[in-house]
Amino acid sequence: MEHRTKENIETTRIQADQVCVDYNGTVALYDASLKLQSSCICGLVGMNGAGKTTLFKALMGFVRPSRGRILINGSSVSNAQKDQSVAYVPQNEGVDCSFPVSVWDVVMMGRYGSMNFLRVPRESDKKAVIDSLERVELSHLKHSPIGELSGGQRKRAFLARAIAQRASVLLLDEPFTGVDIRTEKLMAELFLQLKQDGRSILISTHDLSHVRDFCDVVVLINKTVLAYGNTSEVFTTENLSMTFGGMTPEPMSGAISFNE
Amino acid sequence: MPDFILALKPIPFLIEPLSHDFMRRALMISTLVGAVCGLLSCYMTLKGWALMGDAVSHAVMPGVVVAYALGLPFSIGAFVFGVGSVALIGFVKQKSRVKEDTVIGLVFTGFFALGLVLVSKIKSNIDLMHILFGSPLGISNSDVNQTIVICFIVVIILTIFRRDLMLYCFDATHARSIGINTGILHYLLLSVLSLAAVAGLQTVGIILVVAMLITPGATAYLLTDRFDRMTLYAIISSILSSLLGVYISYWSDIETGGSIVLVQTVLFLLAFLFAPRYGILKLNKLN
Ligand SMILES: Nc1ncnc2c1ncn2[C@@H]1O[C@H](COP(=O)(O)OP(=O)(O)O)[C@@H](O)[C@H]1O
Ligand SMILES: [Mg+2]
Repeated sequence: MEHRTKENIETTRIQADQVCVDYNGTVALYDASLKLQSSCICGLVGMNGAGKTTLFKALMGFVRPSRGRILINGSSVSNAQKDQSVAYVPQNEGVDCSFPVSVWDVVMMGRYGSMNFLRVPRESDKKAVIDSLERVELSHLKHSPIGELSGGQRKRAFLARAIAQRASVLLLDEPFTGVDIRTEKLMAELFLQLKQDGRSILISTHDLSHVRDFCDVVVLINKTVLAYGNTSEVFTTENLSMTFGGMTPEPMSGAISFNE
Repeated sequence: MPDFILALKPIPFLIEPLSHDFMRRALMISTLVGAVCGLLSCYMTLKGWALMGDAVSHAVMPGVVVAYALGLPFSIGAFVFGVGSVALIGFVKQKSRVKEDTVIGLVFTGFFALGLVLVSKIKSNIDLMHILFGSPLGISNSDVNQTIVICFIVVIILTIFRRDLMLYCFDATHARSIGINTGILHYLLLSVLSLAAVAGLQTVGIILVVAMLITPGATAYLLTDRFDRMTLYAIISSILSSLLGVYISYWSDIETGGSIVLVQTVLFLLAFLFAPRYGILKLNKLN
């Protein structure tokens, strides 16, 4: 484990070259290029409709880019998925919350890809689930049906599922939307821990304060990548004005004001 | 009314029918079919495929007729038309702007009508009533064998892919994101549905087979919050309905398919009223 972490320190986790995505002819994303190293948290910042979710879907192979190339850990997206090296938490889980599964069952689903084809959990799988539940502070609710959780708890459960997968790349689409301050803090600490373990995390958000707090690099997007680089360099008033279409969020406070 | 008096005593009520060969066979086959359809019904209700189940079970009709006319095993014809109807539904939905439930309704009634026309045109010894309403009491040996093989295949597939199918029903996006081929799972579940519909129509007939494919699942869903228990309860309630249904049908000389499905409906009503957590009377709250 130690050895692997060291070896991976300089590897490229995500590489996207000039990715274009259109929905039935309507361009949602063009010429988006991105490179993400290991042990790195990257903020993906843009307005609603800027194409953040689309970029995630392209990275997961759920939409087929009309142009461009995507590599995860140096291999194709489908191979990366088969190797369990990429985990994805969508913006809306889009699941039926009255489904008869417990929190434990849901987090265990993160392990399915590493189990044999009958999906019989081994000791190591159970350990991973216990560990993930602890990390998101849901251990006490592990036997609850998923439908009985609050919105924020549910978000944490799905985050735990992604963590249990032990992927080296985590793609989190707006993880902070609709969670309270305490959960927000818990998540932020969790992301820093995961980074320490050598994982790379891509987080989309439209709240700039998060980005400043724990993102090493930032990608500003609005249908394409407007700026990319270290947080301090990219976060200029000019860049942000471009990203948010004339409205200038104050880089330090995150509040949005009109640019006159 | 000697039958009626006999029926009041539980032991002869249960034992006497077993002296008939046709009753032993009917009980065996209804139990087997009940168990298999009960297991599948969990996936159907959780995936929201009740209408799809109805469609597939009606669409197998022309397949059964054609297979009998050609002297093939009826299950092969039924399977081909069941899967064919599903493929057609998918195709029409993709290529037109008509909404899915409309397409489903349109395709299955079309297939069913074709089956009716074929029955009236092709001279054969098919009993339309048997296809439409089932006849477990009059099932032939070759039909028994076919049904056993079908049930066996369905159980094997559902056992091997049990977790994957559950994940697919719960969260197909996650299934894809961990590298599971959800397209294959989708068609696997539809194929299993076609097979189970063929097996189910042996006992309750085409018109009622959808009940076998959803009611036990719905009943079990009201009783538990765990998937494993739900499958168990669905199987138990389905087997119970089949056995009771056949017995009741024997003793009171009523239509077997109708009697099996009625028992299922009664079990659902009981769960609907008295289920501990989700029943409308919420018994545990009163205590
Ligand atoms: N399934 C879809 N079909 C058609 N257009 C879509 C679809 N999903 C997203 N879009 C369009 O693509 C653009 C980017 O959307 P999205 O990636 O969801 O933005 P974000 O996540 O940044 O809010 C939007 O203009 C949206 O209307
Ligand atoms: Mg989005």
